[in-house]
Amino acid sequence: MKAIYSLILVVALILIAIVGAGLLGIGYLFGVIIPYLAVLVFVVGFVVRVVSWGRSPVPFRIPTTCGQARKSLPMFKDKWNRLDNPGTKLGVVGRMFFEIVLFRSLFRNTRVEMHQGPHIAYSSSKWLWLFALMFHFTFLLIFLRHMRFFTEPVPGVFVMMDQMDSMFQILTPALYLSSVLILVALGYLLLRRLLVPTVRYISQPADYFPLFLIIGIVISGMLMRYIGVFKTDLMPVKELAMGLVQFSPTVPDGIGTTFYVHLFLVSVLLIYFPFSKLMHLGGVFLSPTRNLPNDSREKRHVNPWNYPVKFHTYEAYEDENRKAMVEAGLPVEKPLEEETEETSGEEASDDNAEKKE
Amino acid sequence: MYDAKKIIPGLIIFALFFTFPFWFNLGTAAYTTPELELPDPEEHEHCIESTEYMRAEHMAMLDEWRDIYVRDGYQEYWSELNQEYFLTSLTKTCMDCHSDKEKFCDRCHEATAVDPYCWDCHIEP
Ligand code: HEC
Ligand code: HEC
Ligand code: HEC
Ligand code: HEM
Repeated sequence: MKAIYSLILVVALILIAIVGAGLLGIGYLFGVIIPYLAVLVFVVGFVVRVVSWGRSPVPFRIPTTCGQARKSLPMFKDKWNRLDNPGTKLGVVGRMFFEIVLFRSLFRNTRVEMHQGPHIAYSSSKWLWLFALMFHFTFLLIFLRHMRFFTEPVPGVFVMMDQMDSMFQILTPALYLSSVLILVALGYLLLRRLLVPTVRYISQPADYFPLFLIIGIVISGMLMRYIGVFKTDLMPVKELAMGLVQFSPTVPDGIGTTFYVHLFLVSVLLIYFPFSKLMHLGGVFLSPTRNLPNDSREKRHVNPWNYPVKFHTYEAYEDENRKAMVEAGLPVEKPLEEETEETSGEEASDDNAEKKE
Repeated sequence: MYDAKKIIPGLIIFALFFTFPFWFNLGTAAYTTPELELPDPEEHEHCIESTEYMRAEHMAMLDEWRDIYVRDGYQEYWSELNQEYFLTSLTKTCMDCHSDKEKFCDRCHEATAVDPYCWDCHIEP
């Protein structure tokens, strides 16, 4: 039901674009106003969300993220934990790098298996990691390749990506490998939610909706490139795209409806992004189990939200009551001194206590 | 905000990355669709098919012609629009009318960063 609900939502979005841009012909709304709005909402929303995360204090280092706390016992060798549980900034940079670029913690994903008898085994499960990596990298590549519509002259890097991506020269226009791979990866990610009972049980519309939305974007893009009736002329598309980024928006004639569907779905994705789980793009950089060096044994970390506590040290207490204590025969740290020195000592220690506050 | 020294530069990098096309094109002349040098309208009124069709489908057409040629040799392509047969040839047909590749094919392809590999083998007229 949750999947169908999300699917209906995406189909409705497609219909809105078909009716609005295709039948009613309000290209200016779908080609200029909504895309501008989307970019604005995306960038501002993203920044606001990250800043709001930045406001929440991170109290302390988490000492056992993956490996045993470094330098805790001589038997735990430091070299085992240089990446998993590093104590230095450099190690943390390494850990973050592998986390963000290679999804290292997803690589550790395990599956629980019940064997004969009361016997549970955890086996490694790399499929999610593999397809997740595939999805994210092809998405990035497609995003970068699209810069050919937004730059003039097109920088060599993007041309090179284009050539590498279409190197097998299958079909004309040449088939991009990334388009095929992203469909495969999205297919896996969707089927995983639909077919694995445990994952299906915890899947929400917020999980299905972005999947269907991105599948919709990819399919509309591929239709526009390869399939006869959906094809669109790229020259006016480039003019529209360049108009947007040079702040002189135009809506040239001759752009097919498929393009507006594609662009509308992308705009919806951008608007949806800051309010959704997709914010893990920014969130991954702020994961406390990944980005803090485990150096609690070497450095003192003060809880940033500590309320300034008024405390009264034993020294000050003794200074105040030394006379009475000595009279009562209690042991004191400092022996009782001359009358004059004692009072001055008391004042000094009071000052100290105040300073500490 | 905590860790502002790290988060703010991070956000700036993010914003710069995402708005790349907006600042990359700063100061450049407004983009216009490149002018194409079309064949003399006195001699040829139309392309092989309608202009809209050619814009969207010329690569598919060439692909089809190539297959036809490789399997059966030159064939005649019947154009309803021109009421005329065309030889299924890249060089002898397309490039006969569109004789200056640089001022025609390349203008579009450079703008959209398409790089047809045909010219690795075929001779540019
Ligand atoms: C008979 C001469 C002739 C031949 C052969 C020919 N063309 Fe054309 N082509 C034209 C003319 C004339 C136009 C301009 C039509 C117009 O302005 O409506 C044109 C327009 C085009 C356009 C659209 C340009 C635009 O204005 O956007 C493309 C693309 C194109 N031709 C590609 C090809 C390809 C590819 C071939 C070979 C399969 C080919 N042409 C063969 C005469 C020809
Ligand atoms: C109106 C602009 C225009 C003109 C003129 C034009 N092309 Fe293209 N051509 C394109 C576009 C745009 C694409 C990419 C299509 C896509 O990605 O959907 C393309 C793609 C191609 C491809 C497929 C490239 C690939 O990715 O493998 C070939 C081959 C091709 N054109 C040949 C020609 C030839 C030959 C001529 C000159 C006779 C020509 N084109 C003139 C716009 C044009
Ligand atoms: C590996 C080299 C090579 C590449 C790349 C290549 N061709 Fe060819 N093509 C040939 C050869 C060789 C022939 C002639 C075959 C023969 O005569 O038996 C040919 C013939 C053709 C023909 C028919 C002959 C003629 O007069 O044009 C067409 C059409 C054609 N190619 C189109 C294309 C298109 C379109 C592309 C790019 C998408 C392309 N070719 C890329 C080698 C190539
Ligand atoms: C996150 C955003 C986007 C994604 C994931 C995406 C995805 C895709 C995919 C998978 C294709 C198939 C062909 C290819 O891989 O190039 C495609 C094609 C296309 N996209 Fe996008 N797209 C996005 C944003 C945009 C935007 C903002 C535009 C506006 C200019 C756009 C315009 C096009 C066009 C014109 C094509 C057809 C390309 C061709 O015919 O060669 N896309 N898109």
